[in-house]
Amino acid sequence: MKLPSLVVLIALLIVLPFVNPSKTLSNQILIWGLFAISYNLLLGYTGLLSFGHAMFFGLGSYATGHYLIHLDNGLWGGLLAGVLCGTVGAIAIGWFGLRRRGVYFAMLTLAFGQMLYFLGFKLDFITGGDDGLQGVPTPSLVIPGIKEISLVSIQHPYNFYFFCLALVIVVLLAKELLVRSPFGKGLQAIRESEERSLALGYDTMSVQWLAFVLSGALAGLAGAMNTLYLGFVPLDSLALATSGTVLIMTILGGKGLLIGPFVGAGLFLGLQDLLSAYTDSWQLVVGAIFVIVVIVLPSGIAGGLSDYASSFFSRKPAAEKPS
Amino acid sequence: MEHLDATTVISQIFTGTVSGMMLVLMALGLTLIFGVMNVVNFAHGALYMVGAYFFFFTLQKVGNFWVALILVPVLVGSVGLLIERILMRPLYVRPEEDPILMTFGLTYIFMEAMRMYFGKIGLAVDTPASLSSAVNLGLFYFPSYMIFAVVCAMLAIFGLWMFQEKTDVGLIVRAGSRDSVMVRVLGLDFNRVRLLSFSIGTALAGLAGALSAPIRGVIPEMGAPVLPQAFVVVVVGGKGSFWGTVASGLLVGIVTAVTSLWYPSWAEVVVYFLMAVVLLVRPMGLFGRE
Repeated sequence: MKLPSLVVLIALLIVLPFVNPSKTLSNQILIWGLFAISYNLLLGYTGLLSFGHAMFFGLGSYATGHYLIHLDNGLWGGLLAGVLCGTVGAIAIGWFGLRRRGVYFAMLTLAFGQMLYFLGFKLDFITGGDDGLQGVPTPSLVIPGIKEISLVSIQHPYNFYFFCLALVIVVLLAKELLVRSPFGKGLQAIRESEERSLALGYDTMSVQWLAFVLSGALAGLAGAMNTLYLGFVPLDSLALATSGTVLIMTILGGKGLLIGPFVGAGLFLGLQDLLSAYTDSWQLVVGAIFVIVVIVLPSGIAGGLSDYASSFFSRKPAAEKPS
Repeated sequence: MEHLDATTVISQIFTGTVSGMMLVLMALGLTLIFGVMNVVNFAHGALYMVGAYFFFFTLQKVGNFWVALILVPVLVGSVGLLIERILMRPLYVRPEEDPILMTFGLTYIFMEAMRMYFGKIGLAVDTPASLSSAVNLGLFYFPSYMIFAVVCAMLAIFGLWMFQEKTDVGLIVRAGSRDSVMVRVLGLDFNRVRLLSFSIGTALAGLAGALSAPIRGVIPEMGAPVLPQAFVVVVVGGKGSFWGTVASGLLVGIVTAVTSLWYPSWAEVVVYFLMAVVLLVRPMGLFGRE
C-alpha cells in the first residue's frame, strides 16, 4: 500500500539535487529530513510531544566529532558513535521523562533540553563551548579492494548527497517494517488510547520508552551526518531552537505521510533561505505559517495537498480522519 | 569551597526570593491554564517578555510607573483573551498536542514582532525615584525595588488565591480543573471559564515580566530561559497544590541564587538536577496529590 509512495519519494529525492541549484540546501534537506523522520516516529506514531529532541541530535553530533578527531578517521565508526551516543542519551532522558505522562512529558523534555544545552555551554573542554567543536576531519567511504570515495569534495559535489540518500533509504525501509510490526501496532494503539492499551496488557511505559530510544538513535544518526557534512559541531546542535526547528518541520510537512518530513524540511529551509535575503524577521513568517497550519491543516501541507488531490480525483469528499 | 560569611548567604537568599517570586507568578499562571484546559502554554515565556516590553512602552507613553504597572497585566491578559477566543478555541476538539503546538508557534511570532518594533538590543527600564534607594535590613542593604517587587508578587498571589477559594467564579474554575465534563453537565458555560483562566494566567506572566523589567532589563530573548525554569517549578511542586507551587518556586529561585555564590557557572543547571531528583524520589512532585 505504502510501496508506491515510497518509490515516488525515493525518485523525488534522487532528482532533487539536479533540479535544486543549491547543493547546500539539498544536503540539508536530507539531513534534517532524517532528523524529522526520527521526530515523527515519536510524535506521529507514538503520540509523544517532545520539545527537546535536539538533545540526541547534539549528542550524536558531538560523539561523531570526537570519534573522528581522537579515535579513528573511519566513516562507519564515526556514524556508529553518533548513533550510540544518541541511543544512550535517549535511554537516560526517556527513563526520567516518561515518569510523567501527557503534557508533563512536553514540559520535561524542554527542561532537560535546556539542561543539556547549558551543560554543553559550560563543559567547553568537551564541546568547545560557544565556538563549537572545530576541525573534525571528513572520512572517506572505503569500498574494500575497489576504491576510496571522498564524501565532501568540490570535484564530486554529489557524493555526500547520495551517500546520505542511501542511508535515508535504509532508514525509511526499516521504519516501514517497524511501524508494521506488532511493536509498531502497539505504539499506535497507545497513541490512540493509553488506558485501553494498558487494559489490553501492554506495558505502555516500556513500549514508549523503546520508541523514544529508537527515535533518539535516529536523531543521533542525523546529528552524525550533520557533523560529517559541516566538518565541525556548532553548539546550536543542542539548542532549544534546534528542537523547535525539527518540530516545526514535522508539523509543516505532516505527521501522516512518508514524504512529510522531507516536505517539511524543504519548506522550512527553503523559506529560511528565501526570506532571510529580504528580512531579518523570517521567523515571524515561519511562525505565522506554522500557527496557521496547526489550526487549519492538521495533516500538514503535504497531507493537505494529498487530501485535496485525492478528493479532486475521486470526486468525493475526503474521508474524515478519526482523531 | 570558598568561605563566605553568613551575611552574604542571607542576602543571596533574599535575591533568590525575588527571582523565585517571579517564577511563582509564572508557574501559577501555567498551572491555572493547565488545570482548566489541559494545555501547557508554551507562549508563557514569550508573554512574560511581551509584558516587559509593554511595561517599557507604557512607561514611555504614560510616564507614570504605577499606572504602567496596573496597565500591563490588563494588556497582556487581553492578548491572552484574544489568543484563547480566536486561536485556541477551535483546537479543543483536536488531539491534546494541537493547542500546545499553536502556543509554541506564537513564541516565534511574539519574539520577532518585539524585535521588529523595539530592536534587537536590550532596553533599560528605570525604577521610580521612590523605589531607587536601598533599605537597611540590619545585616545588609537591599534594593527597595526588589522588596517592592516581592510585595507586589505576594499581593497578586494572595489575590489569585482569594479569587480561586472565596469567589463563586473561582469555585467554578476549580471545579473545571477537577472535572470539566461535570461543569458542563451542570449547565455552566465552560468556554467562559477557559477564557477567564487563560486570560488571568497570561496576565500573571505579563505582571512577572513587568516587575522583572527594571531588575533584568528587557530583551527579546528574555522569555526563553524563564519558561523551562517555570516548568521545573510546576514539575517539582506537583499538580493540584497552590501553596506547593509557591514553595517550589521559592525553592528553585533560592537554590539557583545560593548555588551561584559557590559555583556561579552551575547556577542555571542545578535546578534541572533538582527536578531529576524529585522525579526519581517523588514523581508526582513534592506537594502533588496524585
